Amino acid sequence: MIRFDHMTKRYEGGRDALRNISFEVPKGELVFLTGPSGAGKSTLLKLLACIERPTRGQVFVNDRNIGRLPNRQIPRYRQQVGLVFQDNKLLQDRSAFDNVALPLIIAGMHQREVGRRVRAALDQVGLLKKEKSPPRTLSLGEQQRVGIARAVVSRPGLLVADEPTGNLDPELSLDIMRLFKRFNDIGVTMVIATHDLNLLNQLGGKRLVLKDGEIDEHTLPEFKR
Amino acid sequence: MIYKLRHYFGLHRQNAIDAFDDIIQKPLASMLTIAVIGIALALPAALNLLVQNGRSVADSFDGIRDFSVYLKPSASLADADKLAESLRLRSSIETVKIISADEALKDFQEGSGFSEALSALGTNPLPHTLVVRPTEAADAGKLTTLADELSAKTNVDQVRIDTDWVKRLNAILDLLRRSVTIAGVLLIAAVIIIVGNTIRLDIQSRRDEIEVLKLLGASDGFVRRPFLYVGVWYGLVGGLFGIVLLVISALILAEPIERLTGLYQASFALQGLNFTSIGAILLGGFLSGWVGAWSAVSRHIASIQPS
Ligand SMILES: Nc1ncnc2c1ncn2[C@@H]1O[C@H](COP(=O)(O)OP(=O)(O)OP(=O)(O)O)[C@@H](O)[C@H]1O
Ligand SMILES: [Mg+2]
Repeated sequence: MIRFDHMTKRYEGGRDALRNISFEVPKGELVFLTGPSGAGKSTLLKLLACIERPTRGQVFVNDRNIGRLPNRQIPRYRQQVGLVFQDNKLLQDRSAFDNVALPLIIAGMHQREVGRRVRAALDQVGLLKKEKSPPRTLSLGEQQRVGIARAVVSRPGLLVADEPTGNLDPELSLDIMRLFKRFNDIGVTMVIATHDLNLLNQLGGKRLVLKDGEIDEHTLPEFKR
Repeated sequence: MIYKLRHYFGLHRQNAIDAFDDIIQKPLASMLTIAVIGIALALPAALNLLVQNGRSVADSFDGIRDFSVYLKPSASLADADKLAESLRLRSSIETVKIISADEALKDFQEGSGFSEALSALGTNPLPHTLVVRPTEAADAGKLTTLADELSAKTNVDQVRIDTDWVKRLNAILDLLRRSVTIAGVLLIAAVIIIVGNTIRLDIQSRRDEIEVLKLLGASDGFVRRPFLYVGVWYGLVGGLFGIVLLVISALILAEPIERLTGLYQASFALQGLNFTSIGAILLGGFLSGWVGAWSAVSRHIASIQPS
């Protein structure tokens, strides 16, 4: 599903954020990306979302070289990847329903189908009753669940989350992680960056540890190509 | 296929409705923009109204091609008669009317209120005059030659072509008509710039939203569409406001134009306020709104990228 091939990312005017990274994630896997601050976790996820491009080497998703994707094709690619953010990035002037509907409207889905899918997604995160609420009237945990509903509503094969529980207390965090696990159980490949090691011990999944722009050798065997 | 088309138009209709809501959400800023657009569109149209009505004023005087031949004070009434007779024989002249010095004095005393002063003068300072009306066929060139020939005659003091001022009016109208074109082009450019700037500010204030949309896979085209609709709405609503301004100007112009022409028809002053000019204002608003919005979105949306 995901393959990094001798990939190096250097930001303009900085040192290497990621250095000579090679690993592979099979379809349906749940991967937790950990490591100290500044290790390059967010950078790796941005490469997967086509927000950044590799400086050297290649990144493949579903055998597509997304590092070389023409600008024109990026929107279509992003429609196939679910993104979850630490600050949820919901649009505050729209209801929960309208936020979740966005990816479907962007993809040009028919109105009737949109309503059905959005309600199904809100139901899966337990927020069907709050569909009319604007995000700011929801708790942080609820907002994050709306964000997750938005990420899965178009049924992407890959879901990428950058510290999705970073703003939540431990109990809520566990809730959210269990939610991710449920989507993983139905076959969605997931890469989740997190600091929260306690949480990881309670969940399954594989762990990829980054240190200073490189993959920790001890974790690498699991992602051997 | 039809279902697909309906879906496509449904999306556009939704965009158009959302864009209109957007404008209504911030009434003060929107009203200022719309007012400026309306004024900019109404100005050239109002000028055009003035020119068109001025033309009909000029046209209504076009039949008057008379010129007055003032004889020298030394010429007698018999001289005037003789000259008149010789002129009447010419094919280019329709009628010749003699206004004797006495008649002229009487007219003048009745019309001017200077009767006291003129009586005190004792003698009549006015000469005999011939009012010459050329035939319809006589063109401007022929009239000028005729006038020159007449002023060369011994008994003639001065020839005044009464159509001089009509010509001057026509020249002024021509000048105004060109000004309308120039003003029109400049003001349309102004509308494009105003809409472009409004949309640019709109884009900047919604930068975060645009970034989120792009993260969710929105193309530049998808992000652009609502802004284009906002621009078109500004243009159209501004155009409607412009039409209101134009109707008001027409009503203000109506009365003096009626007096000028002596024709008492309310519709007369509203010449130039027809479907063509109303359509032109709306079309101008639509196009300049669209072009203005396009200039803003094409420069500012592609550069907004999530990071
Ligand atoms: N846009 C940027 N321009 C220049 N340097 C950057 C940029 N973004 C990140 N970096 C640098 O790249 C390195 C990796 O950053 P990254 O954000 O990927 O770390 P991280 O593992 O997500 O850290 P954290 O846990 O704090 O979120 C850091 O040294 C950071 O300073
Ligand atoms: Mg980070």
